[in-house]
Amino acid sequence: MTSPPGVDGLLRELAPQALGVLARRYGQFDACEDAVQEALLAAAVQWPEGGVPENPRAWLITVASRRLTDEYRGDSARRRREAAVAALLAPEAANAPSPDEELATDEDDTLTLLFLCCHPSLSPASQVALTLRAVGGLTTTQIARAFLVPEATMAQRISRAKASIKSSGARFTLPPEDERAARLGVVLHVLYLVFNEGYTASSGPDLQRTDLTTEAIRIARDLHRLLPDDGEVAGLLALMLLTDARRPARSRADGSLVPLADQDRALWDQAAIREGVALVSETLARAPIGPYQVQAAIAAVHDEAAMAEQTDWPQIVVLYELLTSISPNPMVTLNQAVAVAMVRGPRAGLAVLEPLDADERLTEHHRLHAVRAHLLEMAGDREAARASFRVAARLTSSAPEQRYLEGRAAQLSDDVRVGSAAPAP
Amino acid sequence: MKYVVLIYSNPATWETMPAAERDRVMGIHNRLIKELTESGELLRVDGLSHPSNTKTVRLRDGVPVVTDGPFGEAKEQLAGVWAVDCESVERAIEIGAPVADYDTVEIRPLMDLSGLEM
Repeated sequence: MTSPPGVDGLLRELAPQALGVLARRYGQFDACEDAVQEALLAAAVQWPEGGVPENPRAWLITVASRRLTDEYRGDSARRRREAAVAALLAPEAANAPSPDEELATDEDDTLTLLFLCCHPSLSPASQVALTLRAVGGLTTTQIARAFLVPEATMAQRISRAKASIKSSGARFTLPPEDERAARLGVVLHVLYLVFNEGYTASSGPDLQRTDLTTEAIRIARDLHRLLPDDGEVAGLLALMLLTDARRPARSRADGSLVPLADQDRALWDQAAIREGVALVSETLARAPIGPYQVQAAIAAVHDEAAMAEQTDWPQIVVLYELLTSISPNPMVTLNQAVAVAMVRGPRAGLAVLEPLDADERLTEHHRLHAVRAHLLEMAGDREAARASFRVAARLTSSAPEQRYLEGRAAQLSDDVRVGSAAPAP
Repeated sequence: MKYVVLIYSNPATWETMPAAERDRVMGIHNRLIKELTESGELLRVDGLSHPSNTKTVRLRDGVPVVTDGPFGEAKEQLAGVWAVDCESVERAIEIGAPVADYDTVEIRPLMDLSGLEM
């Protein structure tokens, strides 16, 4: 969209509200979603030129409702005529909901929408796409660009997702109480996927994708407002804020990665860190513990260190032990090994890695070799470290990571050569 | 994860294949492409023309030198390139498998511009 950020932001905020009203009135989630998307596109064209209507939400609902009725009638000539009329209409049109209807249901609507878009019958890729369109108010073009896929592919994912929801018989209501926790887990995972897709993007031509990070934080913030007592919702929001706070420092202008220890901490977003730290501290004190909260706590410990040397590694080791006990995962073990090495030395860290060698899937994963290489280098075994960095560089399919890992390997070769030429100390 | 599915084929096998069998195999290709389009996993699909149409170009002292035809003695030549975006390498293998009866199919991850801080 080329409209100014003001209109764009307003539309994204209003998108789930308008869709909620329509879906509740008319059912037919898939048709309503299309109608709202058309209304959003019309607004994105008309508002920047003609000004934002006095009641923009009612405008969207009116235009979308008309699209929907026209869709039923299949009368395209009428549709064109009415679209033109709708644009001229006063914002407080006949179809606008009563103020009571608005207030009572907006919040439930966003929640219901999130649950519906993250319906378990959909693939994760479809859940992500539909959430960004229906809840985030992004266009198919924007989503396709962010995920670097052709627009037709993304359009197909969205229409398939809507067809799956239709055939699953899911309705526009909150899931039953006994399914709520599991379904919320899926919603959080989808938001986490959206965040990571944006966060891992390097700078330069991928700038578009960092929009996903902002979008994931915005939706998580909404969700936290709706479910303030849920510790994992707060934990995920805190984790996103504390991770995203480091974004300005994590890559250079040319897209190359800067490891945590080498980042210019003056570039970190202190406001985001304060907000994240406050959230996670408050949540840990009262809510049942969960993996997002622990990961947020680990991120907070890193972010609170003004210099890498001041990092409270013993605290991080304790938190990783806690995380492993509540949510065992080999990727967590990798990070735990690094923390252990910082406290008890590289050999102790390498010992943590040993059981992972039995995991065939992990031995093909570059991160195991990258962490081992790093610990071997710490232990002074340069030759083995270099070999492991090379293996890791071959295995990764991330260009910036490959460049970083090759750089570490090359540096070790240079050092070895320099070392052998220099007289013994 | 994005992958390319590289289909290597021996042109002689295709030239001597009975028409009915060729139709059957093409039917498998077409069904698969339709399925991948509908699932939102297909990024693009390209078939390559006969290997005899290949031009090989090399820069020699700054001058492009062009020769006809592919190099190498391999009987199997690249015949098709598909790009897919799917959940896992297992799924990518599942996608490539049905067309791997006469042909050899390679699955290669595409490099991504994203990266995690280390």
